[in-house]
Amino acid sequence: MQGPDLSVAAFLLLSALTLGGGGGVIFSGNIVYSALSLMVSFLGVAGLYVMLEADFVAGVQVLVYVGGVLVLTLFAVMLTHRIEDIKVSNRDVGKLPGLAAALAMFAGLIAALEVAPWKLPAEGVAHEAFASTQSIGNALLGRYVLPFEVASIVLLSVLVGAVVLSRKEVAEPRVSDDA
Amino acid sequence: MQAFLDTLLGDAAGLERQLGYLAGMVVFGAVVVFGFVLPFAGIVTWAERRIWARIQSRVGPNRVGPFGFLQWLADGVKNILKEDIIPTVADRPLFRFAPYVVMVGFVGAFVCVPFSGDLIIADLNIGILYITAVTSLVVVGILMAGWSSNNRWSLLGGIRAATQIISYEIPASLAIFPAVLLSGTLSMQGIIGEQGAAPWQWHMFHSPFTLLGFGLFFTAALAEGNRTPFDLAEAESELVAGFATEYSGMRSTLFFMAEWGNLYVIGALVTTLYLGGWQVPQFTYNPVLMNLAQVGVFMGKSLACVFFMIWLRATLPRVRVDQLMAMCWKYMVPLAMLSVLGTATMMVALPNGSHTLRMATFAVVVGVVIRFAFKVRFHLKRARKLDYTSLSPGASQGLSS
Repeated sequence: MQGPDLSVAAFLLLSALTLGGGGGVIFSGNIVYSALSLMVSFLGVAGLYVMLEADFVAGVQVLVYVGGVLVLTLFAVMLTHRIEDIKVSNRDVGKLPGLAAALAMFAGLIAALEVAPWKLPAEGVAHEAFASTQSIGNALLGRYVLPFEVASIVLLSVLVGAVVLSRKEVAEPRVSDDA
Repeated sequence: MQAFLDTLLGDAAGLERQLGYLAGMVVFGAVVVFGFVLPFAGIVTWAERRIWARIQSRVGPNRVGPFGFLQWLADGVKNILKEDIIPTVADRPLFRFAPYVVMVGFVGAFVCVPFSGDLIIADLNIGILYITAVTSLVVVGILMAGWSSNNRWSLLGGIRAATQIISYEIPASLAIFPAVLLSGTLSMQGIIGEQGAAPWQWHMFHSPFTLLGFGLFFTAALAEGNRTPFDLAEAESELVAGFATEYSGMRSTLFFMAEWGNLYVIGALVTTLYLGGWQVPQFTYNPVLMNLAQVGVFMGKSLACVFFMIWLRATLPRVRVDQLMAMCWKYMVPLAMLSVLGTATMMVALPNGSHTLRMATFAVVVGVVIRFAFKVRFHLKRARKLDYTSLSPGASQGLSS
């Protein structure tokens, strides 16, 4: 398609949301504000997935990250003992170490972008015919079935660990002698 | 929707075409939201108060308009005119922003509600997943409201809402799977397209497992919508009004609009997944008539679900927090797993489904419903005898016998 395109405007808007949200997470002194900026960032990323025609990934992104991870984060923040203190601030390691870490991360990302093989769908594939849900399902239960199952074992052990850690010690009921 | 816009736009191309799509979607969305969603949420409040009053042998709102029908408009005007109070200790930006987040999560669900074969804002490939995802924004809004109010009741209400919605999302999502498995698609129109017009062709009656899935989905959706018997988040007797305690005027109305409007979303989801959606027999080839009939059938089914939810609210007491969690994790999640695995097994064992099993499930459900209706009729008859609003003073002797 020639000429100006609405998708460019949409891309710029979504990028601004993602980056602005990310900035909010880092620069806000209040941890609840950071968490809510994270939501903006997640929604922006979901929008970018939609632009890449990965609609299923976008839906899962919102469902898991906004509906699950973010809510649990907020929940944990609200259950902490400093709940009364409305201005809970994030700890700060100082400007120079932070800058160094950010630069190292950036360099790593650029390197990854350089070596990654970018696969594009074949030219003839029509937009509607590209069903990402189906191809993800086939890939997960076909070629990548072993990593998929290993991930479920990891999740299971995490669940068991969480139960063990959070369970209360139950005192043994004392057996009376006169029975 | 896209086809309609295509005819409207003619041969415009490039940017004009895209802007045309954008404008068309915005206008249609606005028509749905302002013409249907918001008035509907209002009318449901009136219906609920009337039905509730009838169940409790009261009169209910009957002054404004015929049968008090305009009560919701009067309440709306009243709430708009009220002062919007923001507590001084509240976190102002978040306090003001929270109701909008809840509204976005609620109104966003209507993008994928299939009112008829052609009337849907956008039939997304991932329809049902999209609705589950976008409604999860509601939790964030509720937590935001609870925290920013800087009030213990609000905070407790917000936290209760979060635990409840997060927990019940699991059985609700699992109970969606049987219908999705049977249809082989996540698209709302695709799911409806796999069902038929006759009741025994609905997904609900495919096998006992899908019947179980239907029941679980309905219950879990009710819990996710913070409805009685699961309205712990704003339990009046314990938490004043939960996360909405500090809200007044239009901001509090937005929360309640989302809550009542959500009843319709639940009804529409249940209808789409398990009750055959808008399916009607092909009685005419006139597309307008067909679509009208489909809208009628879809509305009838989803409004029946809404009525059932109102009925439940009027009859069931509120559960305790520990009962709520035990019910979710000890009973509903394993049962939902059973429903998914059972449906999958059935699909492998009987790839074409079993007509006998369908009819048997249907017959059992019809039998239960008839039995239940007789029970209700019996109780209604007994209740009428004691209805003191219709008793004359002289009739009171008959009461003691």
